[in-house]
Amino acid sequence: MSTTVETATAIRPFQAEIPQDEVDDLRRRLAATRWPDKETVSDASQGVQLAKLKGLVDYWATDYDWRRAEAKLNELPQFVTEIDGLDIHFIHVRSSHEDAMPLIVTHGWPGSIFELLKVIEPLTEPASAGDAFHVVIPSLPGYGFSGRPDGPGWNPDRIARAWDELMKRLGYDEYVAQGGDWGAVITEAMGRQAPSGLRGIHVNLPASVPPDVEAALNGTGPVPEMTDEEQAAFDGLAAARKSGFFGYFIALTSRPQDVGYGVTDSPAGLAALFFWHPGFATWSFGTDPKDPKSKDDVLDDISLYWLTNTAASSGRLYWEHGGAFPTSATALKVAEITVPVGVTVFGEDGFRPPESWTRRAYPTLTYVNRVDNGGHFAAWEQPQLFSEEVRAAFRSLR
Amino acid sequence: MSATTEAATGIRPFQIEIPEERIDELRRRIAAAQWPSGELVGDRSQGVQLEALQALAHYWLGEYDFGRIERRLNALPQFTTEIDGVDVHFIHVRSKHEDALPLIITHGWPGSVIELLGVIDPLTNPADGEDAFHLVLPSLPGYGLSSQPTEIGWDTGRVAKAWAELMRRLGYDHYVAQGGDQGAAVTDDMAREGPEGLIGVHLNLLRSALGSTASLPAESDQERAALEEVTTFKTSGFGYFLEQSTRPQTIGYALLDSPIALAGWILDHDTDSYYKIAAAFVDGKPAGNLTRDNILDNITLYWVTRTGVSAARSYWEGGRAAAQAAGKTPPPVTIPVGFTTFPGEIFRAPRSWAEKVYPTLVYFNEASRGGHFAAWEEPEIFAEELRAAFGSVRNGRSS
Repeated sequence: MSTTVETATAIRPFQAEIPQDEVDDLRRRLAATRWPDKETVSDASQGVQLAKLKGLVDYWATDYDWRRAEAKLNELPQFVTEIDGLDIHFIHVRSSHEDAMPLIVTHGWPGSIFELLKVIEPLTEPASAGDAFHVVIPSLPGYGFSGRPDGPGWNPDRIARAWDELMKRLGYDEYVAQGGDWGAVITEAMGRQAPSGLRGIHVNLPASVPPDVEAALNGTGPVPEMTDEEQAAFDGLAAARKSGFFGYFIALTSRPQDVGYGVTDSPAGLAALFFWHPGFATWSFGTDPKDPKSKDDVLDDISLYWLTNTAASSGRLYWEHGGAFPTSATALKVAEITVPVGVTVFGEDGFRPPESWTRRAYPTLTYVNRVDNGGHFAAWEQPQLFSEEVRAAFRSLR
Repeated sequence: MSATTEAATGIRPFQIEIPEERIDELRRRIAAAQWPSGELVGDRSQGVQLEALQALAHYWLGEYDFGRIERRLNALPQFTTEIDGVDVHFIHVRSKHEDALPLIITHGWPGSVIELLGVIDPLTNPADGEDAFHLVLPSLPGYGLSSQPTEIGWDTGRVAKAWAELMRRLGYDHYVAQGGDQGAAVTDDMAREGPEGLIGVHLNLLRSALGSTASLPAESDQERAALEEVTTFKTSGFGYFLEQSTRPQTIGYALLDSPIALAGWILDHDTDSYYKIAAAFVDGKPAGNLTRDNILDNITLYWVTRTGVSAARSYWEGGRAAAQAAGKTPPPVTIPVGFTTFPGEIFRAPRSWAEKVYPTLVYFNEASRGGHFAAWEEPEIFAEELRAAFGSVRNGRSS
């Protein structure tokens, strides 16, 4: 891919304005949900439980207010620009400190820019001006207010090239990049491509699983000698693969359109799909007072997918990626990364690789840390802690 | 069946009645469908193509006759009987030839008794009375008009035991069994369980090869081609299988709430049947008996009976049973086995594979036409296969 877009490089301001009849239609559909019978087990082993999903959907249909979510977005400077033939939507918040470090943060699935709103303030206006970032938060192709690709090829590598183009177009000749979930896969692709100006990357879903461990997990190689910590991580991964977590990964990878019909026509079906992801499934939505993630947090995100009709197009990223596990060092070719790499493992994420694996995986590792709090959606769940990690990871690169 | 027999066996006559408002609601939902953007490829590699599903929805709403299911099913003798806590629905058509061979055929997923309606007449009423069967067509628990299990444990082994009880209750002390897809798993389990009275089985899917091909020969061209077909299915066509095996409730919310989701999910079973069904809707050219109306009878039955989740759950039960049976050798099959390979099947099992899995194989044939839903697509060919396969069993000449 060598085309650089020469035309249509204009950066246009953007405001989210979903027509009222679409918001009304969503409410009507939610109220008319035709529910299945209850699962035949007393846990989530057959999927999200009826009572839990019903509770969320009832709130969605009645008290939830999309306009509040829209207002949150519209308080921020948003733009659209065409890159490689596709409209890319992004939030761009400059720090009050002119010489702040430019940073592009990439969301994942089933997240969106809503995952990242809470880190904007701490990243752009930290206590110490020397830690400040200018923050760029794009919507992935096929997600939210970005355009939906109408042909194949928008894989993580292509998105990574588009992100570099975006940063250059914004006038950032030097910048850093961060991501978790798909954002990590794309950020690591940027690290491999190492475009001029990319100073370093930080990920919170590291592709740390070494080749021999991956082979043992896949049953294609013997279980290697491991320390106790490594063994515990290995056992956790083996259990996760048996738990049924990967059914949807495989379904989206092989037939995204099939999953897409249901989640495009049924908002309850869409919410159920998102609960498949263990990153959401563990959230208590206000029933635990110590857990700050509210129903509104997750419904802002799900509503964005619904109201932009991107449930199907977002799932296609799995198809484009072709099924390689985002945790596998071999699959993501992270040994080819030549820029400095920072890694933070959040203690409540399902995937917690030992530091020894991460050190083996990333030859250019400059920062590695493990913190107790925060899960798969660390920026969403623990914005302050996440921001501290990003500052610490990039401090040596300033 | 006399009233006294009914009382003694708990077998109750059954007629399906679909409330008008349920059809109205279905039509409203089809009309109000919100569609995704189209797939990005020119084939089925991302799933059911938008054009095909929109053509289906258009026909469903505009031309399909929603009275068909009631008329077709209620023209047949249907019954329910409670077995092991589940109300089992079944069609029971006796041949006019009293000494016909009793046969129980089990449908699969995403099918129902609808897929088997075309074989009733050829099997019960053949040209030669010697070939006749008394036919029992049950709905699997959680499918169609059978009730939905509310507890776990309804794997195919348990269904197999229920079917033996059903045949016993019907007074059949000698009978044969047949199945493809999930029906093949049930029938295989029946053959291994070996209930009294079961004297032979016929299968049109070699289920065990989808679990493992490790013990199957891969030397001849045919064997290598079959192995490649299994591998292709397991690497690119297995998504629905894994999803339903692991999180049936998750996909189920959409299947219950959106008829479009249900139709899409049901259409994407295997490459051959998908393209045949898509062609029926897009080009109006059905393959055999896989007509638009027949396809929609099946999908509509899933919708009105609200069985999207409970049917998907049978895969979850299968996964659970497989995990429990891991490392254990299943009991051998000691009764005669017949097998037919249909050319459009997910993989064309060669005779050597069928012999390896079933050492008591007495009949093997490769049919000229038909795919995964052989009984549905080519009822006459399918019926001929069953007559041929069970000929030796019927005459007591089996070894």
